[in-house]
Amino acid sequence: MQLALFFIFGALAVAGALNLLLQRHPINSALSLVVVMMSLAVLYWSLGAEFLAAAQVIVYSGAIMVLFVFVIMLLNAGEEEETHGSRAAYTVGIPGAAAIFCLLTFVFLSERHALGSANIGGYLNRGVDNIAEVSAMLFTKLLLPFEVTSILILVAILGAVVLARKEQ
Amino acid sequence: MRPLTNFEVYLLLSVLKVAVVLVITLMCVAYTVLLERKLLGRMQNRWGPSRVGPFGLLQPLVDGAKLFLKEDLMPLAVERPLFLAAPVIALGCALVSIGVVPFGAVTHVHGVDMFQIANVNIGLLVILGITSIGVYGIALSGWSSNNKYSLLGSLRSTAQVISYELALGLSLVGVVLRAGSLNLRAIVDSQSHGYGLLGWNIFGGFQFVAFFIYLMAAYAETNRSPFDLPEAETELVAGYHTEYSSMKFAMFFMAEYANMITVGCVATLLFFGGATSPFGHLIPAVGGRYVQAILPVFWFVAKVFGFLALYIWVRATLPRFRYDQLMSFGWKFLLPLAMANILVTSLILALRG
Repeated sequence: MQLALFFIFGALAVAGALNLLLQRHPINSALSLVVVMMSLAVLYWSLGAEFLAAAQVIVYSGAIMVLFVFVIMLLNAGEEEETHGSRAAYTVGIPGAAAIFCLLTFVFLSERHALGSANIGGYLNRGVDNIAEVSAMLFTKLLLPFEVTSILILVAILGAVVLARKEQ
Repeated sequence: MRPLTNFEVYLLLSVLKVAVVLVITLMCVAYTVLLERKLLGRMQNRWGPSRVGPFGLLQPLVDGAKLFLKEDLMPLAVERPLFLAAPVIALGCALVSIGVVPFGAVTHVHGVDMFQIANVNIGLLVILGITSIGVYGIALSGWSSNNKYSLLGSLRSTAQVISYELALGLSLVGVVLRAGSLNLRAIVDSQSHGYGLLGWNIFGGFQFVAFFIYLMAAYAETNRSPFDLPEAETELVAGYHTEYSSMKFAMFFMAEYANMITVGCVATLLFFGGATSPFGHLIPAVGGRYVQAILPVFWFVAKVFGFLALYIWVRATLPRFRYDQLMSFGWKFLLPLAMANILVTSLILALRG
């Protein structure tokens, strides 16, 4: 069951990501991204991380992507024009992508023995409520990073307000 | 014939359950429309639909047949795939969330819980998530219609839903804190210890502020009066579904009423003790096993019915908000109030626990 879900929604996520790049119209790209987010949520759920799945749907597909779509609708952005891209993208982009690919391959190969045996769902689901465990972890062991992240987001919000405010 | 295996029984019962719940929900949607027209009629001192069948009871069926048989107009300038997908998203999201609602007491038949389709650990979050996905139906319908009224309607609706989602989510935190779980069954169970309605979150749990916030936010989320700006007919023709006709229009219409029913179900579960009786254990259990199984469903339906009546009453009574009033009400009043409610509830829980 988990394997079947993984294949279906993994393929859907990859297809959505490719569609995101290939579509010419911004709203179609945004909707492909929504498909990617939802597939990822299903993958999280099939691994037993149900809170993460719900947060993914509510925060990413339900709030952030709706705002993206909202802005695209508001600006009435037209079709993307075919461009050749900047030269910097070619000179830096291709080696960069290759480097990231190599790094990931290296990490996967060197940690090969640990792959496949990681049981995220089983670890979090030991008869305890997944959410209770996540929140206990978040508010005891990881309290400082959690609070620092909150402050960071607050700073970002204030920055947005300052930028958006009209000078009298 | 060989007897069915356990798995086959489970599968058959589950499919049967889903089919029955779907049909009942769709019938409820149809008859909520009739209820609204009847009640609005009586509140405005007229009869409402009364020609088709006794008391106009067959009106929804006739309306449905009419919408099926109407010509399905397809405007030329629309963005075709999205235009077709939008009503499906809207109705699908509206109907899926009923799947996690427990509408009766725990009753196992061959290991299948008969009065809930799926008992999910995070039922409340599932409902919130599906609600937030439902925005796409409205947003895309307005944009793909290629019509300024539709676009304005869907922009208003999107902005309104995003704004009120915050207050809606925060208003439920108090209830979750009291129950200590996001499972809808567990939330209902946490309210059934007291004496009937004194144990409910709204009375015994002192969550009436949260209930008030939830009610306001839910009216805005479902685009119902007094927050029905997305389809303000004096300004926007019909809002986001201006270009839709026939069954595609009917799907938006059904989605709106299905959302009303879902909101009523959630309010019942979180604040009014779900399927528990308002008299608690004060009244001795009467009747046999079957009566005892059906009675909670009756209480649940009665409570949801009360919410629908309240919805309609509000629609008949209150005028529409202005757009800036809507935004400042949501952000400057409901949101701080919801946060204050969380603070006070958790303080009291910490002091008592």
